[in-house]
Amino acid sequence: MAGTVNLVCTRERLGEVVSQLRAVTIPEGQTLEAGFTPPSGCEVASTWEIISFQFGTLFSELWTETGNVLLGALNAVPYLAGYVGMVLLFMVFWRAIKTLLTPTRDYTSLKTVTFGDESAVRSETAASILSVGLIFVIWCSFTGSILIPKFMHLPAPFVGQETFTYTAQDADGNRDDATVRVDVLKAGEDSINAEVDAGDGFAKNDAVEITVYRSEIVAWDSNDDVTRRDDGARIVAINGQEFEFDSSLRDDEGNLTQTPPTFDIGFANVAVTDRGTLNVSPNQGWQMQPLYLPAPEAVWFRFIEVAKYGYQNVYLTVHLGFSLFRVIVGFMLGAAIGIPLGYAMGLSNWFRGWFDPIVEFMRPVPPLALIPLVIIWFGIGEVGKIFLLFLAALWIMAIAARAGVSGVRITKVHAAYSLGASKWQILRHVIIPNSLPEIFTGARVAMGVCWGTVVAAELVAAEEGIGKMITTASKFQSTDIILMGVIIIGVVGFGIDMLMRMAERRLVPWKGKG
Amino acid sequence: MNGLSIQGLSMRFELPNGGHVQALQDVSIDLKQGELLSVLGPSGCGKTTLLNIVAGFLAQTDGKLILNGHEIAGPDAERGMVFQAGALFEWMSVRDNVSFGPRMAGKKKADYMGNVDHLLDVVGLQDFKEKMVYELSGGMQQRVALARCLANDPDVILMDEPLGALDALTREKMQSLVLKLWKETGKTIILITHSVEEALLLGERLIVMAPRPGRIHKEYNLPFAELGVHADLREVKKHPDFGTKRDEILNMIWDMEEEIMGRTGEDA
Repeated sequence: MAGTVNLVCTRERLGEVVSQLRAVTIPEGQTLEAGFTPPSGCEVASTWEIISFQFGTLFSELWTETGNVLLGALNAVPYLAGYVGMVLLFMVFWRAIKTLLTPTRDYTSLKTVTFGDESAVRSETAASILSVGLIFVIWCSFTGSILIPKFMHLPAPFVGQETFTYTAQDADGNRDDATVRVDVLKAGEDSINAEVDAGDGFAKNDAVEITVYRSEIVAWDSNDDVTRRDDGARIVAINGQEFEFDSSLRDDEGNLTQTPPTFDIGFANVAVTDRGTLNVSPNQGWQMQPLYLPAPEAVWFRFIEVAKYGYQNVYLTVHLGFSLFRVIVGFMLGAAIGIPLGYAMGLSNWFRGWFDPIVEFMRPVPPLALIPLVIIWFGIGEVGKIFLLFLAALWIMAIAARAGVSGVRITKVHAAYSLGASKWQILRHVIIPNSLPEIFTGARVAMGVCWGTVVAAELVAAEEGIGKMITTASKFQSTDIILMGVIIIGVVGFGIDMLMRMAERRLVPWKGKG
Repeated sequence: MNGLSIQGLSMRFELPNGGHVQALQDVSIDLKQGELLSVLGPSGCGKTTLLNIVAGFLAQTDGKLILNGHEIAGPDAERGMVFQAGALFEWMSVRDNVSFGPRMAGKKKADYMGNVDHLLDVVGLQDFKEKMVYELSGGMQQRVALARCLANDPDVILMDEPLGALDALTREKMQSLVLKLWKETGKTIILITHSVEEALLLGERLIVMAPRPGRIHKEYNLPFAELGVHADLREVKKHPDFGTKRDEILNMIWDMEEEIMGRTGEDA
């Protein structure tokens, strides 16, 4: 750009020398050679400096990120190992059980070499059932689901009523005990507004209500005869455990000179705060908050509710219907153009030469990368989405059809010519039927890509659609709806693939038998 | 004149590296209507190229091909082809495969169906007419291929190692069938084979080709095909001439192969 220059600026920050690359516009009337002086601490960067600076920053950032990723992966290793261990354990158990059952004696079961013979490896139904069951059980036990017995749950967060005592001391060294009643309420539960008897002495009993997964600060002296601020009162013991901490002891800068203590009192953690009050955090257990992972039954009830009454004034059938409509119309249009295009590319030098660069360039461009462009061109309406899906299906179908034509054995074509068939008859009776298996494979891939693309496109912008439903839900932190949407997307995608496979078996029975 | 006349056929094509291959050089053969010619030779002698040119799939660079008085250009129903394997249409039943030629010619079903059924009976597939071709064994598939070719009633039948992919027993049965069909239909047949025995058994005339450039090395007129029409082929093989001819041709081809090996050896 004319009038712009790159500067390397070095300055000191927090005792460290940092340098930064800045693009600066040269003021009107000045040039780099005459009149332009870089600001203090800055120098005009040479090309080499610009390159080395950019790559240096990039690599140092990537290095940090690599560290983060590896650390995350390392944290996951024990869990993965535990899971694999569980898989192996189940395998040993199942093998032991299986030897007790009546063995099957079909041909494959008599093969002694199974390790390395892919045809002898069959999917073990018991393993599939256990695998799905285990995921479900883990899900249930992490969410305290009612679907499994209580003893299988991971420790739940504390809910209910408990008490603890604190010992307060006034400025004269007099001590008095008081009791704090803690009510931990379930989310959405009504307040109890417990009244507690004040008790004797200068420290009066307190009551506090906490919603599960939250914590609460107890200003214990608010109802006492002596207070922290006015009388220099402080707590010296929790449940009889004495400690040495005075929040009024501060250095010149106002920092604490002692570390505030924390107590584990069974149902909760009680921490003395910087100001001398108490922060009560009831035990959260090992289960996950519904915000992160709702229980299966919650997802199911949400599904029933959304199926009946819709979500955000749009029925589930409408969400799903719009998504399927987009996929089917986009795929049909893509196939309607892509298949003839592929045939033309497989049958004619000129068409092959003309379309090869376009197809080979567009094929590696993920349709998702085109979403911004499509929104700019067509807006967020149906036309844009169907255009996107059309593009997603087009190249896949064109390449499948081209592969189908090149997969025709030349002897078949020669035979047809020798039997007197015309070019049109060869296309109709030899090339098209022979390419159908390839086209079906392509159609399955294209449908899968289209389904993925439509959900992603709806995540970005849509009025309705299954992807739109889960983005909206995420904005309201309705994790159950997100989970439900994900499951529906998976089931529908699987269903589409199953239907395509069934159609394939029905329409192309000769596949793989040429 | 009725019959196939191959006159001074040459085929020479350029390679991407600037060299060239003389696949065929000055090949001349005259076949009368109803003659059965078998062509034998080591690999690379141009026998398949010769067949593809006669079928019209390749253009010769020199020479003439005349069938029943007109010059050959491009593939046509008058020259039927039987391939080694894989030329059947898997998406059609046996019957639809056999009736492919007449259907493409736009004939009425009533006009060709009788002939198609008759041919399926002749090749022994009367019980398999409605089956899909991928349900048949290799030998049966070649029977379908023969019937399909005959159903189109070509003047010349070109066979490119039609029995090469079959096991020895099936092959023997099919050899008898080829002889039977040849005698019954009176078609002109050119048969390419790798097997010296097959070439001797089926060839009323036999041409041995030599490689580099592909050319006719030696030509025989043989009595065995005529004998085989009436007798068991195993009996024909016991004929004293059969053994001597077989050894002579085997030695001839052996020497050609040696020469090729020697020549490539020198190159290396």
